[in-house]
Amino acid sequence: MNSSRRQKQRKVLLMGKSGAGKSSMRSIVFSNYVAKDVRRLGATIDVEHSNIKFMGNLMLNLWDCGGQDGFVENYLTHQRAHVFGSVAVLIFVFDIESREFAADVVSYSNIIRALSECSPGAKVFCLIHKMDLVQARLRSQLFEERSEYIRAASETFKDTVDFFPTSIWDQSLYKAWTQIIYFLIPNAATIEGLLRQLAEVIDARELILYERTTCLMVTHVTRDEESQNPFTDRFERISSILKTHKQSMAKHTNIPPGSANFAEMQIKTGRFMFFITRLTENTNLAAAIPPSEQVFNAARINIMLARSKFAELDIANKPRPGLQQA
Amino acid sequence: TGRLPNNKAGDGKPRLLLMGQRRSGKSSISSVVFHKLPPSETLYLETTTRIKKESMHSFMDFQVWDFPGHLDYFDPAFDVDNIFDEIGALIWVIDAQDEYLDAIVRLNATILNLHQTYPNINVEVFVHKVDGLSDDFRNEVIQDITQRVMDELSDNGYENAPVSFYSTSIYDHSIFDAFSKVIQKLIPQLPTLEALLDSLIRNCHIEKAYLFDVLSKIYIATDTSPTDIGSYEICSDYIDVVVDVSEIYGWDRGDDEAQAGNNENAINDAESLITLEKKSNNYLYLREINKYLALICLMGDDSPADKKPLIDYNVGVFQEALAQVFPRGEK
Ligand SMILES: Nc1nc2c(ncn2[C@@H]2O[C@H](COP(=O)(O)OP(=O)(O)OP(=O)(O)O)[C@@H](O)[C@H]2O)c(=O)[nH]1
Ligand SMILES: Nc1nc2c(ncn2[C@@H]2O[C@H](COP(=O)(O)OP(=O)(O)O)[C@@H](O)[C@H]2O)c(=O)[nH]1
Ligand SMILES: [Mg+2]
Repeated sequence: MNSSRRQKQRKVLLMGKSGAGKSSMRSIVFSNYVAKDVRRLGATIDVEHSNIKFMGNLMLNLWDCGGQDGFVENYLTHQRAHVFGSVAVLIFVFDIESREFAADVVSYSNIIRALSECSPGAKVFCLIHKMDLVQARLRSQLFEERSEYIRAASETFKDTVDFFPTSIWDQSLYKAWTQIIYFLIPNAATIEGLLRQLAEVIDARELILYERTTCLMVTHVTRDEESQNPFTDRFERISSILKTHKQSMAKHTNIPPGSANFAEMQIKTGRFMFFITRLTENTNLAAAIPPSEQVFNAARINIMLARSKFAELDIANKPRPGLQQA
Repeated sequence: TGRLPNNKAGDGKPRLLLMGQRRSGKSSISSVVFHKLPPSETLYLETTTRIKKESMHSFMDFQVWDFPGHLDYFDPAFDVDNIFDEIGALIWVIDAQDEYLDAIVRLNATILNLHQTYPNINVEVFVHKVDGLSDDFRNEVIQDITQRVMDELSDNGYENAPVSFYSTSIYDHSIFDAFSKVIQKLIPQLPTLEALLDSLIRNCHIEKAYLFDVLSKIYIATDTSPTDIGSYEICSDYIDVVVDVSEIYGWDRGDDEAQAGNNENAINDAESLITLEKKSNNYLYLREINKYLALICLMGDDSPADKKPLIDYNVGVFQEALAQVFPRGEK
């Protein structure tokens, strides 16, 4: 982690058979599409590039690779070094409904081989996608079976490949992408340390840091009793809630979804207080605190004061700054 | 417009009857609106074979009866009185993606039949599944259905029948909007509620205020300024946000109740506020009014963030007034 400059650009390949759902998930996570809009997407021709600025010091360089056989053939032959060179992450999408699962895995192996040749240090994530089409009670078993089969074909990545069941129709999509992003953020530990200090200063039950455009979680800190919160999927659920709300707000105010941001949202009840507010240029901070106006007001002030510390983090890997109470 | 239903004896709970051809979408509608079933899962619903009666306990009690499509309500073996006595509204569902002439014939026969005995029944026609139709075609279908129903009724000597038409789909907010309007006709206090909301928005520079039944997301009243589906949508989506977050962090911590009892400053009614980045003004405001109802306000463009005390005060006044006219759901 000493060459922080080079780590800023991270190349991510998004691959899988045509129709598997790659562009759909990309549009939802990164371009503010809603699930039902993706029907309008056409098949991807060759590679579509997008650069996504993430947490200031991380630039995702996403290659959405059209999955029709002709294109794949081309990636593997003429463009082999160009496509598979210096890859940080490969995300391979399998369509659970595919009638040619075995063939899909063969194609996956070819890609894996190219990857291990050109970028042996890359990380592989496999998404078993469109899980909504499988009856709920059959999902986990089918997912396990497919994962094992694919793992067996993962060659040098056998021990490191990670699997996620996904669907654009629920928060599973956010769960998977949160893990992927977490893997890519170079200074996650530093951010976490700072966040923990902040949580202690303001006596928060939980703090969650979200990237603003994608609403993906960067990291979170959970304290004391809140670790017993029975909703273990709450981080991706909140991602999905925030994303949906952003769209709803954009539609109503005629502001483009990319910039339909709230300055603050607060919810106060007899059991908890919650607010989410801007922390840095690229992040929002959600805080769950005990139900008390005093704590609430103090927390807001302290977060305001902590902004500059996080802003420094946002730009470069600086030594861990300390926090003072307001 | 709060017209009382045929409220004779009986339990006095208004009844919403869902009728229409087989597969027109009746069970889907009641599952989506009253049981929060995700619309895509209605594909797996089984055909209704018997009348399904459900009681809804919310800001008011009412019943929803889901009828199987093929039933002949006027078969002598069938106790008509028993069905239509307590009726609040007859909701007739027509599948707009299907041939609808038969449905219209049956609808008209039903209306004419009921007209003799129960002239005051509200007939609400849901032209349903319009999500599959283009905007132009959708309007055409609604026009055509309206025309055919009204013409045929007047040919049979029934002029100006109390029939309303709505275009609906379970895949968007339209079904909730239609249900809201149907239910509002059954609330005798509606004019008072509207007057209260009018005065609230005048005092606080609110653009639009809705009184929502939180569980079903039906709105039972709004101020009398013009309504558009867009304002309803944003408020309804906002309820989802607040309800979801409240579920996530409102989990039972055990000693909670005791604590709340001791703490004099404890908040009784949940509230929520969103301020926008672009203008740094208040944008959306939600306040729990009682166990069932929440007030949701779309703030005007000129509502600065520091106007909160004014809102608090006026909402308090509103809340008290509401408790007088609508003494339901006290905690
Ligand atoms: N049921 C279901 N359908 C999905 C899901 N994700 C995507 N789809 C559908 O899958 C189809 C293909 O999606 P795309 O995203 O264009 O596929 P792609 O992988 O980018 O295809 P190429 O660009 O040709 O490689 C679309 O019709 C989507 O609506 C999902 O989670 N569930
Ligand atoms: N496209 C569309 N399909 C719908 C809608 N409402 C219901 N359906 C579908 O219509 C079919 C029949 O619905 P169901 O509720 O069983 O009809 P019922 O026999 O009248 O109770 C189901 O497959 C539903 O998924 C809608 O608004 N749009
Ligand atoms: Mg594509």
